Amino acid sequence: MSLQAYLTLAAAVFCIGLFGVMTRRNTIGILLGIELMLNAVNINLVAFARFGGDVTGLIFTVFTICITVSEAALGLAIVILLFRVRRTVTADHLDLLRG
Amino acid sequence: MMTDPGLLALVALLLPALSFLVLAVAAPLRRLGRPAAWFSILCAGGSLAAAVQAWAAGGDDVSRLLWAWLPAGGGTLASVGVLADADSTLMLTLVALVAFLVQLYSVGYLSDEPPPGLGRYYTYQSLFAFSMMALVLAPNFVQLFIAWELVGLCSYLLIGFWYQKPEAARAATKAFWITKAGDVGLLIGIVLLWRQSGTFDFFELRLLAEGGALPLAGLSLITFCIYLGAVGKSAQFPLHVWLPDAMEGPTPVSALIHAATMVTAGVYLLTRTEWLFALTPEVLAVVAWIGAFTALLAAVLACVQDDIKRVLAYSTVSQLGYMMTAIGAGLAAAGFFHLLTHGLFKALLFLGAGAVIHAVHSNDLSHMGGLARRMPHTAIVFLVGTLSLAGIPFFGGFLSKEEILGAVWAGGFVGPFLLLMVVALLTAFYMFRVVFLAFFGEPATAHITATVGAAHAGHPHDPPASMRVPLWILAAMSLGVGISSTMAGQMLQFGPAEREGPAWLMPSAVGVALAGILLAWLTYQRRTIDASSLAAAFGPIRRAALARFWIDDIFEGGYRVGLLGFSRAVGWVDRYLVDGVLNALSAWTLTAGDDVRGMQTGRAQDYVYGVAVGLLVLLLWVQWVLA
Repeated sequence: MSLQAYLTLAAAVFCIGLFGVMTRRNTIGILLGIELMLNAVNINLVAFARFGGDVTGLIFTVFTICITVSEAALGLAIVILLFRVRRTVTADHLDLLRG
Repeated sequence: MMTDPGLLALVALLLPALSFLVLAVAAPLRRLGRPAAWFSILCAGGSLAAAVQAWAAGGDDVSRLLWAWLPAGGGTLASVGVLADADSTLMLTLVALVAFLVQLYSVGYLSDEPPPGLGRYYTYQSLFAFSMMALVLAPNFVQLFIAWELVGLCSYLLIGFWYQKPEAARAATKAFWITKAGDVGLLIGIVLLWRQSGTFDFFELRLLAEGGALPLAGLSLITFCIYLGAVGKSAQFPLHVWLPDAMEGPTPVSALIHAATMVTAGVYLLTRTEWLFALTPEVLAVVAWIGAFTALLAAVLACVQDDIKRVLAYSTVSQLGYMMTAIGAGLAAAGFFHLLTHGLFKALLFLGAGAVIHAVHSNDLSHMGGLARRMPHTAIVFLVGTLSLAGIPFFGGFLSKEEILGAVWAGGFVGPFLLLMVVALLTAFYMFRVVFLAFFGEPATAHITATVGAAHAGHPHDPPASMRVPLWILAAMSLGVGISSTMAGQMLQFGPAEREGPAWLMPSAVGVALAGILLAWLTYQRRTIDASSLAAAFGPIRRAALARFWIDDIFEGGYRVGLLGFSRAVGWVDRYLVDGVLNALSAWTLTAGDDVRGMQTGRAQDYVYGVAVGLLVLLLWVQWVLA
């Protein structure tokens, strides 16, 4: 398969993730969208490493996976705290910074 | 034993400065009052002794002591020091003498003053003595100007000495501002002169002027500007309005500053720079005419005053006009001579008036009367001063007045000469009006019992010795100067012989003065002429004089219309134009903020949406524009 096919797949996953972040009402759904976007980046990195013959992309991917895991853990902890305080996790209701 | 007049003059100058510094720094000493007073008097006495020796040692030779003060590229720009010559040491002696006597007199006059006030008074007095001497001894225009402003400051402080009195505070401010108006002219004149000649030094300027090296173009403007300073300080028309109001200060201050020394600084300045003014005869003519006009105006005003100090104040303005006319006529020496004799007898008159006020507790002539029997000492010395002022032979002002009249006649100024003759008549009249109203006639006991209470009731008496001694010294000196100058009349020639007046001048001047005395005697003593019918005969003039010829009103109106109008215009611009622009800007910012606040929804997803759309637009832009 060509590089373009991997990049197209990555772009598609990224757009799906972005769509989820923008449209999901549930905060956990938004976190899932973010995971998708980060994994699209991983696909890109691995594809370029494979086709460019350079291992840097692979190492970066390992970093990204680590960061993604901790981000998911932190994000879920924040959501739980949020639920304790506000009794809701719906994104539309979290508008304290409204002008 | 020091014999250099310059050094002696320096000692005379620095003693009051020492006194001022000690009293200003050592606050506990100042608050004690009397010890501070005696310390200041001691310094003034030492200063007087040094000044007299400087005068005696000086003769005709000139002694200069200079210290570089403002260094500049091409040599020293300005220096400070003393210039001791015949004129300045003589003037120095007068200043030191009157300052010493006035300080001595003030101990008695201000005996009711609380100690801190007394200490403050003597601090100002010492500063004034130092400043005036620095002015007199100034070797250049820079030091002269600084001292000139310092005496103005002292005048302000001492007029407003009783600053709780609103009139005194007002009078002090008025005096300060009006003299300041003239001082601006002086400063401009000094700077212009420096640009023309490159030096401030009197000595160098005189060499330039007499060698004909000073360019004449524009010199009239310079001398006129310098004259403006003298107009303010020496109370010439139209800036004379501050001097009568200055009488709100303590009477000894009026004697020292507003009669004998500071107000004559303008005359002294013109005497010092006589050689400069000689190059611009047209300015001298202005000086003469304004001087004579001022003399007449003030003499008329003096005739209608009921306040004894105001009569003397207008009389001072009038006599300053006399001196100025002499300078304008080209014989500054005569004006300077009159300055000296006037300093003596006018200080005497003021101190005498102070003794009367001290005894009667009122300035008003109608509250006095018959005081000659109660206060014989005061009455005699006041009479000596009055006769000196009227120009009666064997008294102080006789010869100096003759000199001035002769100089003005010989200078070809017929108009000013006639004005001055009228002034001589009026001078004798208004001064003897005061004498007859205050010292003769019926005592006005009703007022005294009403205001002073039982303790002093009906018993005005001569002042204590500390006040009487200065009076007698001044009276003796007025008389001594008068007798010696009258005796030596023909030997005492000021200026070349052709400037002498004609033979008929002296008898007619004395006759005019005697006529004035006679008129006053008939009106206020014998009551042959009714005072009210005399007033009616001069109705319009009297009414105008009572309104001070509306000059104060004109100044006030000018202030109201000009300055306040301008201030209002400036205020309008500030309030509506400057503030308006700023207010419009801030209001616009507020509404704009209000309009766009809706963009900030507070929902994170909207921001992500914005970022995504923005990124998309950016990518498209990169695609289309950079491709």
